[in-house]
Amino acid sequence: MNTKIWKSAAAVCLTSAMVAGCSNAPASNGNAATGGADLGDTVKVGLNFELSGPTADYGTKERNGAAIAIEQFNAREDKPFTVEGVEIDNKGEPAEAVTATTKLIEQDQVAGVVGPATSGCSIATFDFATAKQVPVVAPSATQVGATLKPDGSAYEFAWRVCFEDSFQGKGMAEYAFNTLGIKKVAIINEVSDYGNGVSAAFKEKFVELGGEVLDETQYQSGDKDFASFVTKIKDLDFDGIYVAGYYNEAAQIVKAIKAEGIDKPIIGADGFDSQDFIDQVSAETANNIFYTTAYTAIEPSEELTRFIADYNAKYGEDPSMFAALSYDATNLLLQALETSGKTGADLNEAIKNIEFSGITGSFSFDQTTHTPKKNVLVVELVDGVQSNVESVKVE
Amino acid sequence: MSQFLQQVVNGLSLGSIYALVALGYTMVYGIIKLINFAHGDIYMIGAYTAFFVTTYLGMSFIPALLVCMIVCGILGVGIERIAYKPLRKAPRITALITAIGVSYVIEYTMQFFMGTSVKTYPKMLPDISWQIGAVKISYIQMVIFTVTIVLMVLLTFIIHKTKIGRAMRAVSADENGAKLMGISVDNTISITFLIGSALAGAAGMLVGLYYNSASPLMGMVPGLKAFVAAVFGGIGSIPGALVGGLFIGVAETMVVAYGSSLYRDAIVYIILIIVLIVKPAGLFGKNEREKV
Repeated sequence: MNTKIWKSAAAVCLTSAMVAGCSNAPASNGNAATGGADLGDTVKVGLNFELSGPTADYGTKERNGAAIAIEQFNAREDKPFTVEGVEIDNKGEPAEAVTATTKLIEQDQVAGVVGPATSGCSIATFDFATAKQVPVVAPSATQVGATLKPDGSAYEFAWRVCFEDSFQGKGMAEYAFNTLGIKKVAIINEVSDYGNGVSAAFKEKFVELGGEVLDETQYQSGDKDFASFVTKIKDLDFDGIYVAGYYNEAAQIVKAIKAEGIDKPIIGADGFDSQDFIDQVSAETANNIFYTTAYTAIEPSEELTRFIADYNAKYGEDPSMFAALSYDATNLLLQALETSGKTGADLNEAIKNIEFSGITGSFSFDQTTHTPKKNVLVVELVDGVQSNVESVKVE
Repeated sequence: MSQFLQQVVNGLSLGSIYALVALGYTMVYGIIKLINFAHGDIYMIGAYTAFFVTTYLGMSFIPALLVCMIVCGILGVGIERIAYKPLRKAPRITALITAIGVSYVIEYTMQFFMGTSVKTYPKMLPDISWQIGAVKISYIQMVIFTVTIVLMVLLTFIIHKTKIGRAMRAVSADENGAKLMGISVDNTISITFLIGSALAGAAGMLVGLYYNSASPLMGMVPGLKAFVAAVFGGIGSIPGALVGGLFIGVAETMVVAYGSSLYRDAIVYIILIIVLIVKPAGLFGKNEREKV
């Protein structure tokens, strides 16, 4: 009796597994011609961001940027469909980010995902999204090789709209050496993929150009006391200090440097890009500071002006670079949805061949790395205000 | 040499903050044998309170400091009454886990209401610094030293010269004995939380001014380091907390100056491990009667 039940149960299981296997087969082939369903009247887009936890600041701003993009799309009169953003919090943890992606794809059936903000979380989601044939557009996964599998080929469904960390490091090295005339530097970087990646690329290019690195110091994310660092380097004969880290710590470093009365140029990367950076340093001391970025509000285009106005109206502050990148990432996904009218592999194909013009630059994708080909901007802070922009092409 | 002395000053100002926070750990541990992991978050609340009263109410330094201490003191007593008091007879591990829970509640409540970004302080203190021999001491460093010293003296006075202090020492030495002598144990414990939390509030404001910023998770790492400082000095011992805090501050600074900045936190924990192996009771841990 018992055996019989087990046998029939096993048979049912087997059959259902086979049926499921068959129905899944075409999808998993990833055939570009047939891979993708038509879009309905409402298209769901996943917004997978760090809304709590230590990196919540980036995630929240990116969520805001994405929300503006969706609102603007839905407000269009000629919209081909209505977009519904499905928000989810990944708490800044890679494991949570995977869970969040799973939920978005399996349960909410989103057509594509924007986010997460941080590289670690983004990378964690690429494998699953690629297996499920749902494109992920990461706004700010700047880590070197973030979109690549261990074998060096790109995850087919993973894209990003930012340049790589190393790209910024190289760009600043060229600008510092050739334009600012800095020949000797002290480097301080955060111990993280970001800090290490940016500073390593900077150092390599700077030394290659003929520059000299006099001191290298590392710090941990969350450190606040940099008086000891400044006391250590103040007697060295450097022309500039390269700070590779995010704005909270970078602001404390800059404050400590300025408090010691050192007025050499401070150069850095897009981690500086935040009003919080200027507030903490205080505007009147924020001078002679240069950093690379993907976004600036100086001489804004019409689209950017509108984005800034809408963002300000909704959140009561100016958008940061993270909000801008996320706005672009969302718009890129929406544009691809609109041109292809499909989900899955067709949508992905549309992203692959996109010619996108956004507020952080116009670009197409490098087909081997799934990373945009765009220029690095170097901005200067004068009394806490971004004042001069220079576009640096990095080879 | 001048660089060395300068680093000592840097270390002492950092260490003063740790010491103020460590006092709260040590006092609470001394009296109810609880490691109050929410203590670092009270320090964070202090930084936020200072941010509010200075930014929105335009208070000057001293009133703001007092408000911070009062708010944090009351919060500390509230936490004790709500979260720890019902567990006083429960196993110690229960209270410990509760403390960790309280810590998360405070952190994420603040993150929810205050947002995730850093709040920036207005400039309150002038950018003056004094050159004393080879070292340069900034105004804010001077303020940190002064406030720390004043509070330490005040605390020592309270503990050794007042009735409340005597009650605290009595409860610490023998809770039941103290009860038999007519001391209200509950009130004494509350006062301990009040004083310890007020000190953390002061430390929070000083840190907020020093780095002119406050963020919801700012209490985690300093909280742990202050805990290490308290254990280093001998948990339960007040001079121990002071010496431990200053020592940890200087050690950290020296690691950055002469070792690798990468190991600044590691050194703190290595010190903890060594202390626990060599002298589990901490530097001043033996002096039972000093316990509060």
